[in-house]
Amino acid sequence: MKNRWMNAKWIGLISVLMVFLSGCGKNHLSTLRPAGEVGQEQFNLMLLSIIIMILVILVVVVLFTFALTKSRRSKVGEDFEPKDVAGNHTLEVIWTSIPILLLIILAIPTIYFTFKQADTQAMETEDGELNSEEVIVNVTAHQYWWEFEYPNQEVVTSQELVVPTDTKVYFNLHGADVKHSFWVPAAGGKMDTNIDGINSFYLVFDDEKAQDSERLFNGKCAELCGPSHALMDFKVKALPQEEYDQWLADMKAVEEPAQASADDAAEGQGIFNNSCIGCHAVTPQGAGAQGPNLANFGDRDLIAGYLEHNKENLVDWISDPESLKPGNKMTGAYDLSEEEIDKVAEYLMGLNVEEGSGDVSALEEDDEESSEEDSSEEGGN
Amino acid sequence: MASATKKRGVGPVIWDYMTTVDHKKIAILYLIAGGFFFALGGIEAMLIRIQLAVPNNDFLSAGLFNEVITMHGTTMIFLAAMPLLFAFMNATVPLQIGARDVAFPFLNSLGVWLFIFGGIFLNLSWFMGGAPDAGWTSYASLSIKSPGHGIDFYALGLQIAGAGTLISGINFVTTIISMRAPGMTYMRMPLMTWTTLVASVLIVFAFPPLTIGLFLLTFDRMFGSSFFLVETGGNTIIWEHLFWIFGHPEVYILILPAFGIFSEIFATFARKRLFGYSAMVFATVLIGFFGFMVWAHHMFTVGLGPTANAIFSVATMAIAVPTGIKIFNWIFTIWGGSIEFTTPMLYALAFIPSFVMGGVTGIMQAAAPADYQYHDSYFIVAHFHYVIVGGVVFGLLAGLHYYWPLMFGTMLSEKLGKISFVLFVAGFHMTFLIQHFLGLWGMPRRVFTYLDGQGYNTSNMISTVGALMMAVAVIILLINIIITVAKNQKVGRDPWGDGRTLEWSLPLPVPHYNFAQTPLIRGLDAYWIEKKENDGKMMPAESLDDFHMPNNSIIPFVISLGLFVAAFGALHFASGKEWAIDAVSDLPQHPWALWVLILGLAIVFISMGVRSWKDDLGYYVTKEEVLKDLEEQERGAK
Amino acid sequence: MANMEYNVPSERWPAHPETATLEGKNKFIGFWTFLAGETALFASLFATYLALKDSVPSDDHLLAADLFQLELAFVMTMFLLTSSLTSVYAVYHMRNNNFSKMQLWLGITVLLGLGFLALEIYEFIEYTHLGHTFRSSAFGSAFYFLIGTHAFHVCIGLVWITLLILRNAKRGLSVYTAAKVNTAALYWHFIDVVWIFIFTIVYLLGVM
Repeated sequence: MKNRWMNAKWIGLISVLMVFLSGCGKNHLSTLRPAGEVGQEQFNLMLLSIIIMILVILVVVVLFTFALTKSRRSKVGEDFEPKDVAGNHTLEVIWTSIPILLLIILAIPTIYFTFKQADTQAMETEDGELNSEEVIVNVTAHQYWWEFEYPNQEVVTSQELVVPTDTKVYFNLHGADVKHSFWVPAAGGKMDTNIDGINSFYLVFDDEKAQDSERLFNGKCAELCGPSHALMDFKVKALPQEEYDQWLADMKAVEEPAQASADDAAEGQGIFNNSCIGCHAVTPQGAGAQGPNLANFGDRDLIAGYLEHNKENLVDWISDPESLKPGNKMTGAYDLSEEEIDKVAEYLMGLNVEEGSGDVSALEEDDEESSEEDSSEEGGN
Repeated sequence: MASATKKRGVGPVIWDYMTTVDHKKIAILYLIAGGFFFALGGIEAMLIRIQLAVPNNDFLSAGLFNEVITMHGTTMIFLAAMPLLFAFMNATVPLQIGARDVAFPFLNSLGVWLFIFGGIFLNLSWFMGGAPDAGWTSYASLSIKSPGHGIDFYALGLQIAGAGTLISGINFVTTIISMRAPGMTYMRMPLMTWTTLVASVLIVFAFPPLTIGLFLLTFDRMFGSSFFLVETGGNTIIWEHLFWIFGHPEVYILILPAFGIFSEIFATFARKRLFGYSAMVFATVLIGFFGFMVWAHHMFTVGLGPTANAIFSVATMAIAVPTGIKIFNWIFTIWGGSIEFTTPMLYALAFIPSFVMGGVTGIMQAAAPADYQYHDSYFIVAHFHYVIVGGVVFGLLAGLHYYWPLMFGTMLSEKLGKISFVLFVAGFHMTFLIQHFLGLWGMPRRVFTYLDGQGYNTSNMISTVGALMMAVAVIILLINIIITVAKNQKVGRDPWGDGRTLEWSLPLPVPHYNFAQTPLIRGLDAYWIEKKENDGKMMPAESLDDFHMPNNSIIPFVISLGLFVAAFGALHFASGKEWAIDAVSDLPQHPWALWVLILGLAIVFISMGVRSWKDDLGYYVTKEEVLKDLEEQERGAK
Repeated sequence: MANMEYNVPSERWPAHPETATLEGKNKFIGFWTFLAGETALFASLFATYLALKDSVPSDDHLLAADLFQLELAFVMTMFLLTSSLTSVYAVYHMRNNNFSKMQLWLGITVLLGLGFLALEIYEFIEYTHLGHTFRSSAFGSAFYFLIGTHAFHVCIGLVWITLLILRNAKRGLSVYTAAKVNTAALYWHFIDVVWIFIFTIVYLLGVM
């Protein structure tokens, strides 16, 4: 009997080891491949706890196996009458105090990192204003898409978060309809986007690690938020500081909706302006819209957050969003013919933000100006 | 009046069970109903695993998948695990303490019927417009937005079933405090009784917060209040707190009685008294106490701030200490014993490494910053299945085999039992071990599908195959039960041969009054002492005389039915009303809803009034009747 | 046969008739356990109220300080406190085997309870006229749920005690009925204690 059971255990163990050896998951989405300071600290804490716990498991399994093999009835004999032992004071003290010691070893770094990772003081200046020196992103989670606003630069985008590497990126998290949870596994743990208030935390993306995963990380919604919870993915593009600044400047430079050049696309723009613009903005401003901002749609890597970025998928999505993301808010909000959809898709695929069009230095000046304005207002009050 | 030996037709038997107040029959009701819901929850589990076997699967649609996971969790926790534990508590505790019944037999019956009607109501949602789909935790923002009546079924069904649980909890606390036989001091109570006592105290304090939480949800969805509606000042985090103030102790409500079952089994099949009995009792009480102070570790990512997170981290780690004490004491119970590998013992032995693994991942999650990664990922799914399946379900299966002769007077087949054990344990590890890694590789929980190319495919397939093995194991168990019932080979007193506690001193089947004479308890493992030091018969603490037993009653059934009816009224009350939340304001109006609600509540209150008005003084079992039974047992033994 | 056991002659009337039988003792322990659960229930309600007491959708909604009249709440408190005292008298006479006085004091308890309930209904009607309703705001929902749950307990208590007075009128006092009366009295005290917390936390803190 016992042998069969042990065999099952061995087979289980070996299969587990095989899976384990096959890797620690993918660079762009595994918590075991931390891509920055926060994720690394959490990973270290995991390792510490795993080491302690493997120690515990070993002790238990050794004692257990020993007791089991030593005391089988087939071994000790049918007539063996075990001695009743009430207990052992020394043993009780040992297996109470050693776990306490182990837990203290785990508790100290836990407390330290809990406070360290909750430190978002730098988001505000001393007088309670938004700190323009820091990278701050306001994240608003919707059923089933993400809006990212850069309040210091007044730039809005959606579905693809762009962040600079090697610096702390601060997030303000909020849920627009129901509770979601913002999670970039490779960069660090998640935090909920409550509908009752705003949560803040920070992540860091190492430049080297970003290069290992082609500068793209996967983000996920980690709180059940409705039928399409599983499809509420987003991408994180981690760029070096200069490229990030340039991207922001480019976005900032878009003040008018881009004019479509091709005929089809131009027609599509007209249809879009009639049927879609109520929810979707095509300039990177105006946080809090009903639908995702599409200003740089043509540059994105995914359609609807999870499909490959091509026109075919886009047409499918606009034709029948319900079949691709059940429960979404777009279904039934418009009535377009196949032909019209094709033209709108043509127009959207061409919505690029021209690289290098923006002036980075203007961005900085703008920041200073706005902060000066803010402070003068403050003084006026 | 109730000498149950005569052959009777189906009708009278059903009526007997509907009106019974006998804890042994109520145990069977709990076992049947709980077993039914366990099968239902198991089918739901299989649907989940089939859907997730391959990426981009469309076996279940997204919405249906959410209904299935919600009902799987809710059914398994509230309608399967807890009632099945109640089955064993009812079957054993009064016998273990030498009582003729529980303190409140009427309430015992009310408890089981409330659970059954609550469970039926919840599951009717499948046929009446869709099941709840916001997860078993039913977090407020999503549960308020969820269209249709699914969540209403959840709130009302759990309210009814929860009331039954609370009543049963009060009943067991009183029974154990008040009904112990002479000599049965607290420190001589078997561990099963101790864990039942602590779990019942937890029920008394943990279920009221759930009651309030469910009321808030009910009022918001059905009566237009705004507890969770942010626009009118509501706050959804209140639900999370109330739910987990209930939810965490609930974990211990489930695991403690399972610990009790294991403790009995280890001592019996190692032929050795429980090692460190007083430490075990102390640890049980301590776990119960800590259980109330750690609820926010389910909410580390909610944004409660570092101070709260740090405090709850440390408090959670502290729970590991008493749990560790228990594990080591069990190991030292079998150490130096004479282990017989019966099916219940195999489950108990498999429990130790399985539960330790679930326990250590629990401590890993107690480290808040690391939990930011684990939280709501498949790591969590793996963890709580390790503790709930590896702890509670193993305990239930062990208990089922161990207490089967006590409840039915027959023995389950050991051969089939061992086959299903091997399949179940191997399948269990295969299903859930791999899920730890899925979580660490970034797979969130409660996803209806996953995309190809994320490295999740093989692992999910392994998990599904493991789940299939568990399903086969349960089917073999069912076959075992059917064969055993069909054969109906009766066994006599102390069928395992090594029974230590009082319940095994009784003849099988146990007479409806349990003890002809209340026994005198001379120490821990009361029956074992008499076997070793005496002739193996319990000493009586009273002379043979007439004694008093409670009457059967249909009122508990009627009260439960009344609440069941009222729930339909409440369910439709807000449909189509202009003040209602968006989720139900588009539904057709039901003007009769209010009247059904009133009718149901009227049935409840009138039944309660009748109960209060009538004198229910019970009846007497006469000395002659008992003597006749004793003679029969004597003859049967020969 | 059974009645003989419960009907104790007055010379052997026990000092604590309510716990003289095993059933009576069970009732006593069980009911205290139930009250422990009720405490957890009201604790959750108070927590909910405290979390939502200042939560209204806009500034034109009335808050605690604008609504509550301490005088009225004080009179209500007096009604309920006195009724608790009268129920103590009833239990006192029950222990002295004085059936008619017990019934009388139970009756007075019910009357005082009714007075309390009438004032509470008046209070609710007033608030409703001022626009403070169950559906007007989270504060309103939490307020009416907390006070309403208490009021519901008062109603249950009143019906229960009335039913006992009526049913026992024919049966008289025995160790069987004594246990019932004692349990109802315990319940009534609990309701009173909860009200003291409501008076402090909701009304006193509300207007301060």
